[in-house]
Amino acid sequence: MSQIPAELQYTAEHEWVAAGEPATVGITAHAADALGDVVYLELPEVGATVTAGAVCGEIESTKSVSELFAPVDGTVVEVNTAAVDDPSVVNADPYGAGWLLKVAVSGEPGGLLSAAQYTELVGD
Amino acid sequence: MSDDAVAAEARPSPLHDEHVALGATLVPFAGWSMPLRYGSDLAEHTAVRSTAGLFDLSHMAEIWLLGPEAGAFLDHALVGSFRGMAVGRARYTMICVESGAVLDDLIVYRTADEAYLVVANAANHDPVLAALRERVGDRDVTVEDRTDTTALIAVQGPRALEILEATPGLAVEGLADLRYYAALEGTFDVDGQARPVLVARTGYTGEDGFELFVDADTVGVPLWRALLAAGEPFGLVPAGLAARDSLRLEAGMPLYGHELDLTVTPYAAGLGRVVKLDKTDADGAPLDFVGRAALYARAHSEPARVLVGLVGESRRAARQGYDVTTRGGTHVGHVTSGAPSPTLGVPIAMAYVTPEASAEGTELAVDVRGRLEPVHVVPLPFYRRP
Repeated sequence: MSQIPAELQYTAEHEWVAAGEPATVGITAHAADALGDVVYLELPEVGATVTAGAVCGEIESTKSVSELFAPVDGTVVEVNTAAVDDPSVVNADPYGAGWLLKVAVSGEPGGLLSAAQYTELVGD
Repeated sequence: MSDDAVAAEARPSPLHDEHVALGATLVPFAGWSMPLRYGSDLAEHTAVRSTAGLFDLSHMAEIWLLGPEAGAFLDHALVGSFRGMAVGRARYTMICVESGAVLDDLIVYRTADEAYLVVANAANHDPVLAALRERVGDRDVTVEDRTDTTALIAVQGPRALEILEATPGLAVEGLADLRYYAALEGTFDVDGQARPVLVARTGYTGEDGFELFVDADTVGVPLWRALLAAGEPFGLVPAGLAARDSLRLEAGMPLYGHELDLTVTPYAAGLGRVVKLDKTDADGAPLDFVGRAALYARAHSEPARVLVGLVGESRRAARQGYDVTTRGGTHVGHVTSGAPSPTLGVPIAMAYVTPEASAEGTELAVDVRGRLEPVHVVPLPFYRRP
């Protein structure tokens, strides 16, 4: 059973968002477990504009690769360089040290799932 | 249908409850529910390279050929030569169709004068069994499918021999001297009863190691537990299909459905050595075998594409099905398997490319999700044990 913190919001593509200024973005424990050990992260650069629902990066494990979808519109203000250097933190602590991006959100985020909705989606 | 529903319908391994107790992630694989990983697939991979890993391979197909004509039958049905193979030896081989294409790759063990064991891929259990039954004709050979009653457990890694020697109740005389691609009969003690074990020095990881064939009902679980316990001080960990795949890729070993299928011949795969075109029968006359005519023609012509190893020069790994191109973007082939190599720390891949693009050192590219990533051709395997 993967952990799904109640205070976060989620996408159907298994990203999580912590509301704030800026908002913090990562991938869920469910996604990290499905990928296996993450060995490579390709993240957007600071200053890049991201669009909700559009691909903004890649998360690669030995077994597979998955795209990172931006959960919100906005501008990237920080990327987790520690996670880029040691992607194993994405598996070890997906909601903490394994965060990926901080995004200055433009406009009103929409279409995100609550923890209850995401729990239903992944069937945990 | 969700993956979970498929997994629920898949056949459980005889060691299923052990995997569940060990916290394995189980996935549907060729109709079976098998462990993908127990914890970290990277740690499992590394353990096999540095100490040892324990694998459940009970999904593999075990088909026995029994009778006085079993060897002669295999000479007809497969591309290799088996009548003269010594008892106790094993051989990597293939079963082809008349067109010369590969129906499956196999390991054949001769365990007695009139007993051969054919181990086939789980996904090819049905077609291989059907082909063997069809090809046997009126020969004095019994084709016996023992897949359901056999547990296959592998111990792979540099500490494998020490682990088997340290396993209580496992008695295999001459184990230390067992050659690569050879097998021995031994016993494993279950509740005071010595049960038969066929121990082979074979594997699919590029490391030293053993594969143990035992009765699924009576021996599988107790042997698994004994090996796991005895191996723990040596650093043995249970390892799943994810590690098995990354290990075999580093070792340059083909996987059916990736490097091998019904569109390639053994020659294209660089495995023409397994085809014995000059086989003879007991009277010394040339022996026709299934696929021979087509394979003879292929042996004497250049294949349209050849299997090569590719090493990536960037971080993004090629994956099965991706296009291989020149650096300028001209299509020259496709990737069959690819991953970031845990041992080498760079992306590696196997690919079929045109002969002109296959020379060692050739600079190529792979279209990785819309972006060309630079790679170059290297000899296989990527990894050879020290």
